[in-house]
Amino acid sequence: MEKRDFTITAEAGIHARPATILVQTASKFTSDISLAYNGKSVNLKSIMGVMSLGVGQNADVTITAEGDDEAKAIEAVAETMTKEGLAD
Amino acid sequence: MATILDGVAAGGGIAIAPVYRLGESRFTVKAKYTDHVNHEVSRLHDSFSLARRELEDLHRRAHQKMGEKAATVIDAQLAIAKDQTFESEIVDAIQRYSTTAAWTASQRIDHYLTIFKNQSASQGNYYHSRGVALQDFKKRLLAHLLDEELPDLGKLDHRAIIVAHQLTPTDIIQLNPQLVAGIVTDVGGRAAHFLVMSKEMRFPTVVDTKVVTERAATDMVAIIDGTHGRVILQPTPQQIDDYQRKASQQSAHLRELGVLKNQETVSADGHHFEVAANLALARESDELATSGAEGVGLFRSEFLFLHQKNLPDEESQFWAYRKVLLAAGNQRVVIRTLDVGGDKQLPQVPIEHEHNPFLGMRGLRVSLAYPELFRTQLRALLRASAYGRLAIMFPMVATVDEFRRAQQMVDQEKKHLIQEGIPVGQEYEVGAMIEIPAAVAMADQLAQYADFFSIGTNDLIQYLFAVDRGNEHVASLYQSLHPAVLRAVKQTIDCAHAEGKWIGMCGEMATIPAAVPLLAAMGLDEFSVPLGQILPIRSQIRRLKVRQLQPLIHHALAAHSPAEVRALVDQLTSYMK
Repeated sequence: MEKRDFTITAEAGIHARPATILVQTASKFTSDISLAYNGKSVNLKSIMGVMSLGVGQNADVTITAEGDDEAKAIEAVAETMTKEGLAD
Repeated sequence: MATILDGVAAGGGIAIAPVYRLGESRFTVKAKYTDHVNHEVSRLHDSFSLARRELEDLHRRAHQKMGEKAATVIDAQLAIAKDQTFESEIVDAIQRYSTTAAWTASQRIDHYLTIFKNQSASQGNYYHSRGVALQDFKKRLLAHLLDEELPDLGKLDHRAIIVAHQLTPTDIIQLNPQLVAGIVTDVGGRAAHFLVMSKEMRFPTVVDTKVVTERAATDMVAIIDGTHGRVILQPTPQQIDDYQRKASQQSAHLRELGVLKNQETVSADGHHFEVAANLALARESDELATSGAEGVGLFRSEFLFLHQKNLPDEESQFWAYRKVLLAAGNQRVVIRTLDVGGDKQLPQVPIEHEHNPFLGMRGLRVSLAYPELFRTQLRALLRASAYGRLAIMFPMVATVDEFRRAQQMVDQEKKHLIQEGIPVGQEYEVGAMIEIPAAVAMADQLAQYADFFSIGTNDLIQYLFAVDRGNEHVASLYQSLHPAVLRAVKQTIDCAHAEGKWIGMCGEMATIPAAVPLLAAMGLDEFSVPLGQILPIRSQIRRLKVRQLQPLIHHALAAHSPAEVRALVDQLTSYMK
């Protein structure tokens, strides 16, 4: 199992656009990938799950991946986070 | 008889055309329970897959027609249509409660819409876009589940003004821009998505009319004025004539402004000025070349610091400043050093609780109190100075002594960099932002040390009148055209010129049409304004005869009120229009 923490620095938090891109990224992998925030955990491949968390600026979130390509999945998600300006 | 409706202006220009009224899609879900659970489940799967196919097609069309930005609006909906967790959630509920697919989907979607709405209330506008995407998806899914037809703007076959209760992003994408004369909606406010996109497509647009769909019918002639937010249904021939004339004047004016992009800011009698840009983000510098700006009069460096987890280091600041300097080519770029305090706080730079933050640790005072922070910024600036014409400006200078201390730190950092063998520009300038009345009073002495001044009128006026313009009880005392302001400005300009220094203005006052002739007459060298204001200000200055305006200064400074000043300006400039 791979795990990584992020602090969301983007002013708008994970709003519709970056949520969509995160989901697109996660969906490329076979591992189960989840996003945890504020005591709740959702499937990172589910846009409705991600959007319903309402992750705002300065939120601390944790991404967990479990499966054959878990290491690659975490890397790709981290890269998307930086590229979309969500986290450092 | 013409009907006049007033709404909110959301896209410039005038359109005169017949109306095309878009039908409503308010689907009512009647059947709640079903005896055919399996049938309902397969209907749900079919409808999701139809929606996916349509949205993929729309995505392609949006991408071709309006580019990446428009296409991403569809992306969110496409992601919803592809969300298997969400789809199975609905299937589970159908199976558990034996409810119809339409009823169940509608319930689940409304549940999420409520969540989004609550988040939107607590977290602001950014969250609105989720609701828009989900609403739009709901309509599409229900249309399939109920075998109803979605209103399709793709069926429009002649040029028309589109009238709708609300336009969704998918409506817009189905539009053929060639056939859209303009857009009018009942609703307004935060329907931000559609506004962003119609701005890209540049239609005259009026929103928030509340009742246009009740009053307008397809094929009725209408005039819309997207600059003033007005809609006239069934106009009289006289009104049509009037608006046709206005429309041709507007397009002539726009053409005229476009021509001014590559021209200098010279008054009708040959006096030279500069109109520069106010920028907050390094990426805004991409628009410099197309804006017609003669350099950057104010780059607000604090935006590199705000909303960051860590303070930007020397390297990242250097790249941001370098980017702006390179974008400006051989034109001057004024970069203001960190201006926090007041209403802008940095978590990494703790400032003790203050009773009067606007009279406390702000601007240069913070930089002098945190020398390491300041030195890092100065090093980044000096390194960047090798890539263009840099002018470093200190905000909130109150005394000559403060300015001298900051200036000496610049000199020290320059020496350090040279010792380290790092190139520093030869010609950079160091100046003061004039926004504290004490600096105005001492402007003659400051001008001996500073290479330039830039008057920050927003704060200067607040400090002159001891007025917070955000406080509605006293905001009326904030008066840009008051003789008290004009006297302070005039004194500062004269002091700068007496020492042979140049002086600009980067506050809102530089964009007020009645102030521009006065400022030009007083000899202000540079007007620094938001990107979109550059050409209008240049156009105004090019019509002025500065010499003939000289008597105006004397009368304006002797006036008693802003109203009197305004009347004087009108009187003296009426023939220049």
